[in-house]
Amino acid sequence: MEYILIIISAVFINNVVLAQFLGICPFLGVSNKVGTAMGMAGAVTFVIVLATIATYIIQIYVLNPLGIGFMQTITFILVIAALVQMVEIILRKVSQGLYQALGIFLPLITTNCAVLGVAILVIKKEYNLLEGVVFGASTAIGFGLALVILAGIREQLELADIPKGMKGVPISLVIAGILALAFMGFTGIVK
Amino acid sequence: MNQFKNFTKGFIKENPILVLVLGTCPTLATTSSSLNGMGMGIATTFVLIGSNVVISMLSNVIPDKVRIPAFVVIIASFVTVVDLLMQAYVPELYETLGIFIPLIVVNCIVLGRAEAYASKNGVWSSFIDGCGMGLGFTVALGILGAFREIAGSGSIFGYKFIPGDGILVFILAPGAFIALGYLIALVNKIKKP
Repeated sequence: MEYILIIISAVFINNVVLAQFLGICPFLGVSNKVGTAMGMAGAVTFVIVLATIATYIIQIYVLNPLGIGFMQTITFILVIAALVQMVEIILRKVSQGLYQALGIFLPLITTNCAVLGVAILVIKKEYNLLEGVVFGASTAIGFGLALVILAGIREQLELADIPKGMKGVPISLVIAGILALAFMGFTGIVK
Repeated sequence: MNQFKNFTKGFIKENPILVLVLGTCPTLATTSSSLNGMGMGIATTFVLIGSNVVISMLSNVIPDKVRIPAFVVIIASFVTVVDLLMQAYVPELYETLGIFIPLIVVNCIVLGRAEAYASKNGVWSSFIDGCGMGLGFTVALGILGAFREIAGSGSIFGYKFIPGDGILVFILAPGAFIALGYLIALVNKIKKP
């Protein structure tokens, strides 16, 4: 039951993009096409789950016993950077098409604040390892959900007549705002 | 380019938020009031200046292949310094900004300037560039924060001047997206009519 609450809360109520403002850059950057958005969501899910496990183990078995909690930021970002590099190499070998579609955005996962944000939040909320992984995975699913919805709307918008100044980023932000309004309707499902 | 132009480009021509649209996460999350927004801006400015100066000094020493990890470590060190300083001297602001202080490390603006400017230019120009970009960021955060605070709670810098509740949605998440969207649209309109 506890895990279901974590999942619902992370996917809908505290949606990582629409309620917590993490990972906005890729949210605006790769939301042109549904296919690309799904690829990005998959890569982010993979990285977030791995990063949560790795950073959790480092925090509990290295940083805490040595009493160097202040090194958290530096350690975590290095671990995440190394992980992303690994995912990039694996993707290039396994799926050439996906690798080309994601292109520049794969290295950018390092600077996706959702990854570092989830790693820090798991430590802050004092989850155990399993709860942390569930929280990480469901956060990533929430990210993917928001990304795919926005991509779907933007594909339709290509045919619409938008005022010149509103084209591109501004209209995407306004759509995201309305989406966030819709997601606010989920508030109160979990007490 | 003279240093004055170098300094002012961060405000209008290459404003990191309103024109380049970098660093949107802290922009949206911390601008629920003008004070929070500017606090975040100043913290980021400090990191930006520090990392720009150190990176421009070390750019000849760091091998090209490992430059990104090296930059990230330098930036993360400055973020840790800011984190500890804020915890000690402005604990209230530190509580409000919360997770977004350590997240300065992944702010695209900081790494972006390191890669695009500081690694190719001298110490002094990098310092000026950091100041300009940081202040441009702070001003944009201040404007967005002031707008959301006025619309959402009828006050500015904590002083209430419109009685009543205000439009609550501007304090909440959706208002952040919509306000920033229209602000960027406005800048687009002014830049190329």
